[in-house]
Amino acid sequence: MVNPPNPFASEAAPVPSTRWTGLPVERREDAALLTGTGRFADDLGVLPDTLHAAFVRSPHAHARVNGIDASAALASAGVRAVLTGEDVKRWGAPFVVGVKAPMQHWCLALDKVRYVGEPVALVVAENRYLAEDAADLVRVEYAPLPVTVDIEHAAANGAPLLHDAVGSNVISDRSFVYGDPDAAFAAAPHRVRLKVRYPRNSCTPIEGFVAVAEHLAGDDGYDVLSNFMGPFSLHAVMALALKVTSNKLRLRMPRDSGGSFGVKQAIFPYLVAICLASRKAGAPVKWVEDRLEHLVAATSATGRVSTIEAAVERDGRILALAYDQLDDVGGYLRAPEPATFYRMHGCLTGAYDVQHLRVRNRVVVTNKTPAGLVRGFGGPQVYFALERLINRIAVELNLDPVGVYLRNFVPRNAFPYRAPAGALIDSGDYQGALELASVEGGLADLRKRRDQARAEGRLYGIGFAAIVEPSISSMGYITTVMSREARAKAGPKSGAIATATVGVDPLGGVNVSVASVPQGQGHITVLTQVVADVFGLRPGDIAVDVELDTRKDAWSVASGNYSSRFAGAVAGAAHLAAIRLRAKLAVIAAAQFGCHEGDIVFENARVFPRSEPARAVAFTRMASGPHWAPALLPPGVEPGLRETAFWTPEVLAAPDEQDRINTSAAYGFVFDICGLEIDRATGKVRVDRYVTTHDAGTLLNPALADGQIRGGFAQGLGAALMEQFAYAPDGAFLSGTFADYLVPTAMDVPEPVIVHMQTPSPFTPLGAKGLGEGNNMSTPACIANAIADALGPAVDPESIVLPMTPSKILALIGMPDPPPAGRARSDTPRRPGSGQALVMSGAVELVASPEAVFAVLLDPAALASVIPGCHELKAVGENRYAAELTLGIGLVKARYAAEVALSEIDPPRSLRLAGRGIGSLGAIEGSGKVKLVPAGSFTRLEYEYEVAVSGKIAAVGGRMLEGAARVILDQLFERLGRRALRRKEGGPGERAGFWQRLLRVLRMTR
Amino acid sequence: MKPAAFDYIRADTADEAVAALAEYGDDARILAGGQSLMAILNMRLAQPKVLIDIHRTGDLSGIEARSDRLRVRAAVTQAGLERHPRIESLVPLLAQALPHIGHFQTRNRGTVCGSIAHADPGAELPLCLATLGGEVVLRSKNARRTMAAQDFFTGMLQTARTPEEMVEEVCFPLACDGEHHGFIEVSMRHGDFAVVALAAVAGADGIRLGVGGVADRAQVARWPRLRGAALDEALNQLAWDLGAQDDQHASAAYRRHLVRTLGRQLIDKMDAP
Repeated sequence: MVNPPNPFASEAAPVPSTRWTGLPVERREDAALLTGTGRFADDLGVLPDTLHAAFVRSPHAHARVNGIDASAALASAGVRAVLTGEDVKRWGAPFVVGVKAPMQHWCLALDKVRYVGEPVALVVAENRYLAEDAADLVRVEYAPLPVTVDIEHAAANGAPLLHDAVGSNVISDRSFVYGDPDAAFAAAPHRVRLKVRYPRNSCTPIEGFVAVAEHLAGDDGYDVLSNFMGPFSLHAVMALALKVTSNKLRLRMPRDSGGSFGVKQAIFPYLVAICLASRKAGAPVKWVEDRLEHLVAATSATGRVSTIEAAVERDGRILALAYDQLDDVGGYLRAPEPATFYRMHGCLTGAYDVQHLRVRNRVVVTNKTPAGLVRGFGGPQVYFALERLINRIAVELNLDPVGVYLRNFVPRNAFPYRAPAGALIDSGDYQGALELASVEGGLADLRKRRDQARAEGRLYGIGFAAIVEPSISSMGYITTVMSREARAKAGPKSGAIATATVGVDPLGGVNVSVASVPQGQGHITVLTQVVADVFGLRPGDIAVDVELDTRKDAWSVASGNYSSRFAGAVAGAAHLAAIRLRAKLAVIAAAQFGCHEGDIVFENARVFPRSEPARAVAFTRMASGPHWAPALLPPGVEPGLRETAFWTPEVLAAPDEQDRINTSAAYGFVFDICGLEIDRATGKVRVDRYVTTHDAGTLLNPALADGQIRGGFAQGLGAALMEQFAYAPDGAFLSGTFADYLVPTAMDVPEPVIVHMQTPSPFTPLGAKGLGEGNNMSTPACIANAIADALGPAVDPESIVLPMTPSKILALIGMPDPPPAGRARSDTPRRPGSGQALVMSGAVELVASPEAVFAVLLDPAALASVIPGCHELKAVGENRYAAELTLGIGLVKARYAAEVALSEIDPPRSLRLAGRGIGSLGAIEGSGKVKLVPAGSFTRLEYEYEVAVSGKIAAVGGRMLEGAARVILDQLFERLGRRALRRKEGGPGERAGFWQRLLRVLRMTR
Repeated sequence: MKPAAFDYIRADTADEAVAALAEYGDDARILAGGQSLMAILNMRLAQPKVLIDIHRTGDLSGIEARSDRLRVRAAVTQAGLERHPRIESLVPLLAQALPHIGHFQTRNRGTVCGSIAHADPGAELPLCLATLGGEVVLRSKNARRTMAAQDFFTGMLQTARTPEEMVEEVCFPLACDGEHHGFIEVSMRHGDFAVVALAAVAGADGIRLGVGGVADRAQVARWPRLRGAALDEALNQLAWDLGAQDDQHASAAYRRHLVRTLGRQLIDKMDAP
């Protein structure tokens, strides 16, 4: 291993001078990963009788579940059990959550489904193929209910209620006042206000959820292997849902992970379901989430609507801030939500020295996938509002944005700085970071490029974003959502303990284990660096175990890999455990050398008294001795060379009486500059240069830090320009594949200019802070500001809505859309992004009388021959039929159990022909008014149809849905015309030439 | 995302493949590169009972320039065509379009004929074939027929192929002297299906402009050499005739706009070589 000198070394680091910490040491994890010998959850062996699970999921966004018939599934080959809500009610309990409300969330839906993809049943079979075969045979009887997907609509009176007992879709409504914002707003010369929306998106790890659960014999509870990543406060949530004591839920996590970015927190309801499935099947059960399941139903960042306002002096100085935020948490409030709000609560004033703050937070349920941890957690939503607002202050007051930043930043001599909502911002130099970014990032050059581009009529913009990046969360911040009285009753909470164990084995090998559950960041590498330095060893001498077993390892509620807690908390705890063990070894060595323990030096894999280096013995010899000869231990020294450190940040406490909460132990800083150009012809954005400046305290491994920054930047860029979980107005989910949920590829991500500065944290053992989430927070806002700058001040600031797709951007630039010559404009404009609310109207001419056409519609046998793909039509009432349909285009076909109904019958003038069906690919519903107008020897058939498609076919086929619906309507009317003609003529209507011509007439118009 | 059960037949020759098609008809599907089919099977959007793998047939490989046509056999991958040493001079439009098809990994598996048979409205190869006015050779156990591209593509994912037939070969007309070709595509990311793709061939007799990604199949306009306002008017007419639709990525108006502006760009460029 070659170690170049560390260009980022800090003089001010609080740890003793070190050799390895701070160097860009190569990742120790990669040899296994690059040679295909990683140990991922799905790779690990399972017991020979392990069964496999497949979920039955709701195709409806909102429906009552009136019954489940699993008999056909149970009769299917290889099926061993089907778990339903009945079982879950018998053996389990609903999940607990931080907001007290009469709202129940179980691991399988009971009486109601509230989002597309919600698990309704679970089939357990001998392999996954057989389980999926049988899952398609489970018949669920749904009664669809009205849907609400828009946050503001859901929060308004009269919206369909998701949880009837709550009486509102607003599950929590809390207001906070810090300082005197009213006075500040009243006195300020300017008020700048902006309403913004943050979309639902995610970070989509390449590896989905994996769970292997076994219900143990007797009352031994459950043993679970999974790629759960914490926070381990959720262990308690799972144990309670399984109705076992926490020591009867054993969780084991493997060494390697295919990524998480917070997302794998959301596996926990599935772990409960798989545990119960194992109980029902009487065997271990394994489930590996597939890509479709992951995109549809795993988790999402909260969508947010924020109205933010600043009271501003003439020079741009912000006197007060006011937030009114509505968070879209999806169908259920799922732990740890509403943490998306409260993680950021203490530092809502961002990087700015503002003492007056007003906040209103409303948590809203909608018919979408429940929200949860997604890298940046809460930051992207807050900073998109706050940093867009800074841009608006500069624009509205005609100020240089850089000046606005410099005027408002927390001053460099003010740290630790207490923000009004409670954050104790540990360290920083925001002005210095901006200056560094400007110089190293070439801001002056970017401005020249902008001037030149604009002179040539091109659209070039520069954007900025400044964000405070919290790391090492207090588990207690979530209690800020409770009233003071409720908090007092529940007891103060501030859990944030990190744990690490360092031990020496009988040949003097150093072993480290941590309750961290890395998701690919390189924790093993960093821990070898940190611990090697304590013992004067090389990183290669240190063995690190990052597997976690709740039965064997030291862990606590805050354990896990989230809130950027590794560098600050976990590596720090490992450092402390190693220091403690070194102190013990020093006592032992001092006895042998006959010197004071403070004089013992650990260096170059040797141990010696400072004054007598010639007497040095190998570390391995010194450290193995106590195993082999405990009798030689000095008096008072206990046997055993293994130390576990529990570290908790002293600066974290429960929310105080005034609702102030120091939400995190450390706060890094990011300042970004983006220069970009928009192609006038296509609306595409080309990032010209992206500069990102990070101050994350002491850097433990700058190469890994840069990797984190590049990854976060790619995800931030995706959020800015492409990524979104799209829903149709009827709640159908439309982003079920990576062809529709667009993640930027290597082709789409430019290399950012990364600039570092290091202002060590006084509050963490190594002076380190988190830095992995910063660009997820800063980049969406920075790119949006640059786009706004490129489009110019005439563009409505509230129309900068992520993701800024080329289509949206071009609509803002303005694209002339002249009607074709000699024709009035014929398309009806639709709300952009309204997706698959298919409304189709048009007219066709049929060569038969209205009476003949009507007769076909009223004759069941004839109607059966007219409906495309109709196998069977049985009357179930007057003009109501049960049908089996196969609908599709090309090779794509889906079978539906359907109901067809005729109503509003006014012969021979009009009627309504409606149908709805459900099948393994989802649900469809169509209803249309059909009018027959005589036109000479023809009948003009006018129709107006609304078609809703939901479930799998909508999730994966969005691009073709409208076209497919047209094809099927086309077939319907073509067959209707043919059948009516045949009836009229009493013979086969097979006149090919004529029909060819008619088919050309049948071209639909909207 | 596991396919329903199916039987797998590995055909060693084209005869074996069409014999199996004759036996199983609509219950069977040809598996060539599998770049669309396998995803469709895994999502259970289709559940054919039999897959007939032609990947290793000896007599369905090969690219041949013969009698004004570049003939591409059923097992030829997109990468195989892209790497053909004379592709730029034989069918320059293909040389321009092929890099837009997915990614090199998918082009290494995906076949030319498979893309034609699948008839995705946003795919590049059907657009090129339609614009160039090529043909599709359909073969069944007892017959072989050649069909013009415009008759072959009948709609979204729909073609005139009968269940007993397989696409044995597609024929791209070779470029003539004095012909100019242009291809331009806007997609959300490189390698995605086109939001709008335009292919153009300009010759002495006029211009053919093909549009993919907008209507239910590639649509080709044939115009004399128009310029200026007449060209804009024709492009606007075409933009509206395609019946563009909104989806979650792009509005219908955006698609019309691209047809107009990129169409103009493409044709202007060919006018000024």
